[in-house]
Amino acid sequence: MEILSQIFAIIRKDLLMELRDKQVISSMLVFSLIVVVIFNFVFEPGDSQTKLTIPGVLWVLIIFAGNLGLARSFGREREQGGIQGLILCPIDKSYIYIAKVIVNIFFMMLVEAITLPIFWVLFDMSPDINFPALLLVLFLGTTGFAAVGTIFSAISAHTKSSEVMLPILLFPVSVPVVLAASKSTAKILAGSSLGEISGWIKMLIGFDAVFLIACFLLYEYVFEE
Amino acid sequence: MIRTEGLTKNFGFKKALSQVSFKIKEGEYAALLGVNGAGKTTLVRILSTLSRASCGGVWMNGLDVKKNSIKIRKIIGVMSHSSFLYPQLSAEENLIFYADMYRIPDKRHYIAQLLKRVGLWERRYDLVSIFSRGMQQRLSLARAILHQPKILLLDEPFTGLDVHAAGLLTDLINENVKNGITVLLATHDLEYAKNHANRILLLKNGILSQDTAASAISLEQITNKLTN
Repeated sequence: MEILSQIFAIIRKDLLMELRDKQVISSMLVFSLIVVVIFNFVFEPGDSQTKLTIPGVLWVLIIFAGNLGLARSFGREREQGGIQGLILCPIDKSYIYIAKVIVNIFFMMLVEAITLPIFWVLFDMSPDINFPALLLVLFLGTTGFAAVGTIFSAISAHTKSSEVMLPILLFPVSVPVVLAASKSTAKILAGSSLGEISGWIKMLIGFDAVFLIACFLLYEYVFEE
Repeated sequence: MIRTEGLTKNFGFKKALSQVSFKIKEGEYAALLGVNGAGKTTLVRILSTLSRASCGGVWMNGLDVKKNSIKIRKIIGVMSHSSFLYPQLSAEENLIFYADMYRIPDKRHYIAQLLKRVGLWERRYDLVSIFSRGMQQRLSLARAILHQPKILLLDEPFTGLDVHAAGLLTDLINENVKNGITVLLATHDLEYAKNHANRILLLKNGILSQDTAASAISLEQITNKLTN
């Protein structure tokens, strides 16, 4: 119970900070909207070739926007030694990770919730698809990406060129999640049911579980000198 | 009580601390002196569980730092030249956050008392980002003593403070010493340490070169030992 209230305190603090400076959401959102508009000019909406590229475009948008948000997640924490203040609190560092993952998933999902309808309209997408399945894939993909991204953002925050270091560390490791998520998104957009993509869903759940558990256990060592 | 035995810290081939052993009794006000790079901050970071020693041991109130880091964090208060505050939050919000992390009961009442004590009650709703350095350090001290720690570790807390702010901070530290809190102050202000602490630890190139009562050593002797 004590742990839960501490996790909740970190989440509330991060949301309050974001509400004040809006650095994470605004950078992710602006980037996402620019990507949607540019790709909308490049590809012909409704075209059969375009439909094949849409899942890839969507996940490129999600991971690059997510990378921007994750970079800020710990960058902001380092100002005035905030991260040391947090580490000095009587809480296992692994629970700080849980709080940070929840916040990062929330920020990424919020940006997706705003961007996706615009994406849908601009790319003239069909409304006759399995939306719950798409939402499930988006959630699982985002969770996997945020699970790895949260630990790498903490690691890269210790380096001098953290903005460069984060994508270099993060993208290769998150390839399985992004592949599984974009493949299943493509099948859902092609009209497949949840049962038909169950293999990809299981793979995403597996990756999420492995990443979450491994990062939870390893987070303690991220702050070691 | 703070006790270290053969404390050593290496950064690669560089030895930041070498075989540092000392004992600070409960309620004692000890000053850790040394020139820049002597290892003061490294020592405070190890004592405060922010860093691990390469070898040797640290015990805080009898608890081994290696095995009881979470328990130790409950009984220590740490203040350094970084404020550990969130600039996007107000003074009160910062303290509420830390009060939640330390599970402090009746936090609103206690935070109000603390803010009044450090002279920031009128500014409690202001964001820390607009605070002066002195105000941030006063709030930082309020954060450090929020959970009523038994040991206070202070690493250069007076850096960048004007005379008035430094005076207020001194009063607040002395008040805690009177309340029986063990204080370790890392500083390069020799005169301040001599006048306020009752114990002097001299650190030179990572080695504890002197451990004596403040009354048993003159300012000139301290200066000579550190510079020669």
